[in-house]
Amino acid sequence: MLPTAGSMRVLVPLAVALALAGCEREKRSHRDSPPGATASTAVQTTELQAGPKTTDPSVGAYQENRWAVSQGETFYIQYNCAGCHAPGGGGGMGPPLNDDEWIYGSDPENVFDTIVEGRPNGMPSFRGRIDNAQLWMLVAYVRSMSGLTPRDTWSARTDHMKEIRPERQPRPQRQLP
Amino acid sequence: MRAAAAGTALLLAGCGRELSSVNPAGPQAERISDLTWYLTATGTAVFLAVTGFLLYAVWRGRRRAESAAGPAAERTLTRWVAGSVAATVVILLATLVYNFYVGRSLADFAEPGALTVRVTGHQWWWEVQYQDPVYSRRLTTANEIHVPVGRRIRLEVQSADVIHSFWAPNLHGKLDLIPGYGGTTYFRADRPGVYHGRCAEFCGLQHAKMDFLVIADPPERFAAWYDQQLRAAAPPADSVQQKGQQVFLGKGCVMCHTIRGTPANSRVGPDLTHLASRRTLAAGSLPNTRGHLAGWVVDPQKIKPGARMPPNQLASDELHALLGYLQSLK
Repeated sequence: MLPTAGSMRVLVPLAVALALAGCEREKRSHRDSPPGATASTAVQTTELQAGPKTTDPSVGAYQENRWAVSQGETFYIQYNCAGCHAPGGGGGMGPPLNDDEWIYGSDPENVFDTIVEGRPNGMPSFRGRIDNAQLWMLVAYVRSMSGLTPRDTWSARTDHMKEIRPERQPRPQRQLP
Repeated sequence: MRAAAAGTALLLAGCGRELSSVNPAGPQAERISDLTWYLTATGTAVFLAVTGFLLYAVWRGRRRAESAAGPAAERTLTRWVAGSVAATVVILLATLVYNFYVGRSLADFAEPGALTVRVTGHQWWWEVQYQDPVYSRRLTTANEIHVPVGRRIRLEVQSADVIHSFWAPNLHGKLDLIPGYGGTTYFRADRPGVYHGRCAEFCGLQHAKMDFLVIADPPERFAAWYDQQLRAAAPPADSVQQKGQQVFLGKGCVMCHTIRGTPANSRVGPDLTHLASRRTLAAGSLPNTRGHLAGWVVDPQKIKPGARMPPNQLASDELHALLGYLQSLK
């Protein structure tokens, strides 16, 4: 059966809308934290808990963006997060990041605060050292390692011609004794 | 008409910079340049000859449209076609042989004991390391390659991310930087000068702003430059510079940059130990002046969107102190 003019009138815009929706996946923006933007506020870290969350309206855009995850991976290596958490987030001196145990919370805001404020027992504070846009990209990558970002933000191949690592495969939850 | 004028202006603007493959400053560029002229001359001569014969045929054909097609005319025709084929074969063979000869002579330029310079391509800048058997005399800088006139340079290239291509047309042809696969070539600058170079392989958003300079100096000037660059950065001379250094070490700068002689020694971005001695900023994007430096530090994403350097939130007194410190790094 040939499609009728009526059905085409529905199908064509639908197909176009679907195709355009794909563009968002790699949307790139380079000036999200222009000079003069306010840095995040302090949070309480005296107890071993996440503390109040920071708020930043730009968080959502990064968590579902393939490019942000890829940039985050670059920063993860370049800022030497990998020095303690291992390339691919397997953990070493610092706790692993590619499992589903989160000492200080797994929400983007929690991970953000962990990086900005530091945490007891070794995690240094990067306050003032990394700008907010890059921080949110790092957060997106860190969360992608345990599969917390949408599947279409993971890539088999990075932008940077590195080998493919066995990451982003959530490990089964460990049984605590 | 206006478009033609604009085009001419653009072409002429290109002449101002020393980025030319037909103005050679070294033996290899000279051979490449000779080959270019030979090919251009041959191509022009053949084109003119063919056009001439074509016009002659049109003119003659009109005159003698009903010319007799006998065995004599056939023989003449055969002789002309055979002669043209022979000429074509000779010209192409000569070109082939000359081309091979030039290719061989470019590759056959190795020399033990040449000065080794290792160039690493990054998105989007050039890291330059001078190799020396004595480890403490190895030198790292960025986007500016100083070489002594008359000495062979062994150029080793590698890439930190994607494919780039090293191209300084006044000195040599292109050399690709393939990730995980080193490349080597040799060149020599025979007269002093400042030669421009750029990335010649599309490598991402800011490929167009990935330039470098090759500065050929007489040997004694080069040696003085080298010794000066080997020194660690001078300590801050006054309170403003002191504050600038604190800003550098306390803010985001220290996450990526090295200033030898301070605790800053990250290797992600260019080495800034002698930033003020360089002519350009951001891989040839900007002249190295205080104003451009300020613009670059505060908002690099306006100048090179997509570059790794993030915007920096600095109070005005912090910025001025930082600029004062960076400009003291001669």
